[in-house]
Amino acid sequence: MKIDRRSFLAFVFGGAAGTALSPLPWKLTDDISIWTQNWPWTPVPPKGETTYVASTCTLCPGGCGIRVRRVEDRVVKIEGRSDHPVNRGGICPLGAAGVQLLYSPWRVRQPLKKVDGRFVPVSWDQAIGEIAGELRELREAGAPEAVAWIAETDRGTTAELIRRFLTVYGSPNFIRTPSAQDAWETALYLTQGQRATAGFDLERVSFLLSLGSGLLEGWGAPPFVFRACGALQDRNGRFVQLEPRLSKTAAKAHQWLPLQPGTEGTLAFGLIHVILKEGLERKPFVATRTAGLEDLKRNALREAFAPEAVAQATGLEAKTVVELARAFAAAERPLAVCGRGAGRVPGGLQETLAVHFLNALVGSVNVEGGVIAVPEPEYIRWPEPEMDAVASQGMQTPRVDGAGSERYPLARYLLNRLPEALLQGEKPAVRILFVSGGNPLYSLPDSERTAKAFSRIPLLVSLSPFLDETAAAAHYVLPAPTYLERWEDVPGAAGFPKPLIGLVRPVVAPRLATMPTGDVVIRLAQRLGGTLRAAFPWESHEVCLRQTLAAAWEPLRKNGFVLDESFRPQPFETASRKFEFGNAELKPLAEFRPHPAPGDPGVFKLTLVPYDSLRLTAALGTPPFLVKALESEILWKNDIRVEIHPQTARDLGLADGADARLITPRGEARVKLYLTEGIRPGLVGMARGLGRGAHDRYLAGKGASANRLLAAVEDSSGFEAGWGIRARLERA
Amino acid sequence: MEEPKSSAPSSRSESETDEKGDGAGAAIILFFILGLAASLLVGWIAFPALLYSEKRQPVDFNHALHNEIVDHGCASCHFFREDGSFSGAPKLAQCIECHREANSDDPEEIRFVEEYVKPGREVPWLVYARQPDCVFFSHAAHVRMGGIDCAVCHGPIGESTSLKPYQVNRITGYSRDIWGWNIAGIKRNTWDRMKMDDCAECHAQARVPGGSVQTQKDGCFVCHK
Ligand code: SF4
Repeated sequence: MKIDRRSFLAFVFGGAAGTALSPLPWKLTDDISIWTQNWPWTPVPPKGETTYVASTCTLCPGGCGIRVRRVEDRVVKIEGRSDHPVNRGGICPLGAAGVQLLYSPWRVRQPLKKVDGRFVPVSWDQAIGEIAGELRELREAGAPEAVAWIAETDRGTTAELIRRFLTVYGSPNFIRTPSAQDAWETALYLTQGQRATAGFDLERVSFLLSLGSGLLEGWGAPPFVFRACGALQDRNGRFVQLEPRLSKTAAKAHQWLPLQPGTEGTLAFGLIHVILKEGLERKPFVATRTAGLEDLKRNALREAFAPEAVAQATGLEAKTVVELARAFAAAERPLAVCGRGAGRVPGGLQETLAVHFLNALVGSVNVEGGVIAVPEPEYIRWPEPEMDAVASQGMQTPRVDGAGSERYPLARYLLNRLPEALLQGEKPAVRILFVSGGNPLYSLPDSERTAKAFSRIPLLVSLSPFLDETAAAAHYVLPAPTYLERWEDVPGAAGFPKPLIGLVRPVVAPRLATMPTGDVVIRLAQRLGGTLRAAFPWESHEVCLRQTLAAAWEPLRKNGFVLDESFRPQPFETASRKFEFGNAELKPLAEFRPHPAPGDPGVFKLTLVPYDSLRLTAALGTPPFLVKALESEILWKNDIRVEIHPQTARDLGLADGADARLITPRGEARVKLYLTEGIRPGLVGMARGLGRGAHDRYLAGKGASANRLLAAVEDSSGFEAGWGIRARLERA
Repeated sequence: MEEPKSSAPSSRSESETDEKGDGAGAAIILFFILGLAASLLVGWIAFPALLYSEKRQPVDFNHALHNEIVDHGCASCHFFREDGSFSGAPKLAQCIECHREANSDDPEEIRFVEEYVKPGREVPWLVYARQPDCVFFSHAAHVRMGGIDCAVCHGPIGESTSLKPYQVNRITGYSRDIWGWNIAGIKRNTWDRMKMDDCAECHAQARVPGGSVQTQKDGCFVCHK
């Protein structure tokens, strides 16, 4: 017997057959697939005991309750708290991706000081000491009002600590980051005499009329609004979206009416016109609980708001306007809301007032299913601080942003006016500026001018967890812990119709050498000594928080939030004790004036309208998960895509996907085109939130920022009222 | 190029083949069988022997003995925490409740006290039932809500007097108990295997809800969250 090639082959075949009949290939395949799941670079949660910590999310003003899952002391997941009144188990994509902000490699690890244009790490002691030194010098020079502080919110103990610090130091310049609430709060104050935030009882509405609000794109507390909109559809309610482009909200609405941008206020008055003319207002409410209807009539019944004129301005049909007004007035529980997109820009006060009047006419104010004035919480009752002569004198000076002045008597904060103020005079009005929220260098319109204005400030201090645009331009960066590493009280949730206090608690020990903003304030006060030290008897923000909340602390700590279940809307506090359509303060605002987009329509034939997307957050920075989830209609590789109507593209001779230069009176950006019939012809839709600075590798260098192309537009009350700018597109 | 050379003998080889036909055929069959036998041996015996390495548990625990003493059966040591999560293998703190000192002169117990209790070291128990990280498993859902006995999945381990050896798969790092001790994957008892198919079998029988809305098939997301 000879062993030749054939016998060898026979052996191989036998081997193959035998192998196939043995478990080896099948078992091996299975094992190898499991092995691939266990490669060391595959991210898996660590092994260990799982625990949950209840806290509150502060990534947007939504104030959702969250349940953070930890394995040992590593955060692995953030879920919505199912027993929380705002989100009831829901969570938005940003909130769910919050873990990535905690563990982001781009966080600031220790205090930084800019030396010769570059950041060098310094100790907390040195940073606080040096900044306190500058503060002392300025105060001794008798100019304490030249200090300003920009904070995310004006509520809660951190904001109150900052305000107290400025007061005792001698500066009236506490500035809150702008939002649609600015206009709503002012509208409530003017018509109802109530110092309150606007809550919207969306869960009980039967006809929801949204004038450009991105109800599914970050407006209010997203999980609350999502649930309410879903429930509205289940109840066979009606939901109409008025917006120039087919946003996600418009796509989900029963009716999308693509009106010309910037004509929302005109339309509101057009609806009021029809309602008044046809006598459709809710008579019992209007007759017994309102005053000054004559003033409204005088304005709204003008020809300018007759259906034909409104149709002309808004681009809708006159018939549509009339039908909409009738349907709205006839609905059981109608409610109109405004605040464009996510509501991060105030919008004009007159526009908000128009929407508020519309609600009052149909009786949807301070009732179930209406706009509800939610009082500002009053748990912070500290003894009046003692002030020295310098402080008293400083507090007498007018605010640098003009809020509360003779010219802008209604506004409380006008961050949008700060760049203008800074650019005036030989020396800027602000010598030391602290920024603990809002990232103004990115989120204010007209970025270039804003940057120029801020660069005049001799000492800019940023208190941010990240090296965002404002921090990058600062002289000192004092890293703040993220919301998963600190204590914080969160009074109220955006647009939520009941008073609520949420508690943020440390889920993990601070990862880096950070300090909560409240503690920075206390440390600065202690360094400055005198009345300042005396005004801050607490050794830390945490101690301050516990003592301030006093009896409320334990329930809050245990439950994570305190909800005033029994809350009922309060009576109006105006002189007439009624809702006022007209009064002395409202008089200058009576005649409605829309704000045209800045720019010469002859040179700039198109109009750029920025829009918000739930996956892009303007101020804070977007976590990598969300950047990855961006639609190709927004981001194509590293280019931002702008929406234009195919007809507009044809007129310009541009095709889908073409590279173009988007030029406005303020700047220019490289964009790619996205052709869609979901936008009115003549407009260019551009997402906010891209074109970020170099601080985050996942986010930087992608697309362009809409704010670089926009101009600041101020209404007669000082609020930012811009909604777009004239623009043109050129082939790149 | 070698064509001419080989073409000449080719006619001859044909006749040779004929002549030696039986012998060559037998050789082929023989080698086929040899190959078959060898690979079967490798596949069924050598491969499993090589695939798994055997480890002993750090302490040889006697389940039967403990089970007689405690009041609440398995749940005495393997209990649900207050929040509903399952404690799994006991932590040293639980053992210490009874074993601060050795309670007998059993050498294994004395070693346990010396090596773990006194220095306060956690016992690195080897978990037979550890599943990959991509699997979400809730004891509460199965035991409390589904009313399933421990033994349905874990077998009569509570009656054993000695811990069985722990064999670890060298490729995956998981226990042999997941695939099952039968290398062919055949099982006789519900607790013989813990692969996905075994979970699915029971889920299908019990009509566990949570099927995919999109595919109308069984719910992947029930376990793979
Ligand atoms: S909606 Fe706002 S508060 Fe709620 S989870 Fe999302 S980011 Fe957080």
